Amino acid sequence: MTMLAAIIALAVGTFLIRLSGPLLRNRITLSERVETLLRAGATVVLLALTVTSTFLVEGAFAGWALPAGVLVGGVLAWKRMPLAIVVVAAAATTALLRLAGVA
Amino acid sequence: MRDISALAAGILIVGASFGAIATAQGVPWWQSTAMSVLVFAGASQFATLGIMTTGGGLLAGVAAGLILNMRHIPYGMAVGGLYWTSLRSKILGTHLLIDQTTAFALAAGEDRRRAKAAYWTVGITLFVVWNLGTVIGAVAGRFIADPEALGLDAALPAILLALVLPGLKDRSTLSAGLLGTTIALVTSLFLPVGLPVLLALLGLVVMWRGTRPKEATS
Repeated sequence: MTMLAAIIALAVGTFLIRLSGPLLRNRITLSERVETLLRAGATVVLLALTVTSTFLVEGAFAGWALPAGVLVGGVLAWKRMPLAIVVVAAAATTALLRLAGVA
Repeated sequence: MRDISALAAGILIVGASFGAIATAQGVPWWQSTAMSVLVFAGASQFATLGIMTTGGGLLAGVAAGLILNMRHIPYGMAVGGLYWTSLRSKILGTHLLIDQTTAFALAAGEDRRRAKAAYWTVGITLFVVWNLGTVIGAVAGRFIADPEALGLDAALPAILLALVLPGLKDRSTLSAGLLGTTIALVTSLFLPVGLPVLLALLGLVVMWRGTRPKEATS
C-alpha cells in the first residue's frame, strides 16, 4: 500500500520536474552555479545511498560478502565495463563468498 | 543506430535487474512494472525502492527519488524546444525526458531535424525496453528461492555505484560526496533509514564555497 503511494507520488513529482524545464526556459536562466549544484546533489545522494546500502542492513553491519561484491562491481564500472557485466560480477562475487561461508 | 541498439540492450538488462530486485524485496510484479511505466527514471526508481524496502518511510523514499530527478530541470531547458509543439507531443516528450534522450539530442548539435529524430527514436526505444525488462525481471524473480544466496542484494548498490562514478570525476563533487557519505554513515547509526541519505546533501557546503566567485573567503 505505501509502495503504491510512493510510486504515484514519485511519478507525479517526476513529471512536474520534467515539465518545469521547458516552462521555465523562457522566464529564467539557471545560473551555472545552481546547475552545477543540482547535478552534484544527485551524485552526492547516489553515493551516500550506495555506501550506506553496501555496509548497513537495517542499521547493522552487513557483513563482508556484500561490500566485496559491490567493490568488484565498482572496479569493473571504473574500467568502463558494460553495466550488465558489472551487475553479474557483483552478484556472483557476493554469492560465491557466501557459499564459501563468508557472512 | 548501432549506438542505440547497444544502449537498448544495456537498458533491457538493467530493467530486468530492477524487476528482479523488486520481486526479491517482495514487491508484486505489477507494482514494479507500474513504477517503470509511470516514473521511467532508473536511478530514482532504484533509490526509492531501496529506501522503501529497507524500512525507510514513504517521505524519505519519495524525497530521495525526486532529488535524483532534479537534474531533469536543466535537461528540459536544454532540449525541451524539440517537443514543445502540439499538446500530445508536449506530454509524451516530457515523459521521455531522460539522461539518454538528452544526450543523444544534444549530440545531434545544431541540426534540429536530426536532434528531434534522435530524441524520439531513443526515447520510444528505451521506454519499450525498460518496461519489457522490468516485466521479464519481475516475473523471473519469482522463481528465485533465496535472492541472498545468489548475491542479488549486491546488484542494487553495484548499479548505483556504476551510475555515480562518472559524476565523481569532478573534484569538488567528489569531496562533497565523501563528506555527505560520512554524514550519512554516522547518522545511520541513530536515524531511521532514508533520512541519512538526504542529510548527505549537507556535503554540498564544500561546493558552495568552492563555486563562489573569487571573493574574500574567510
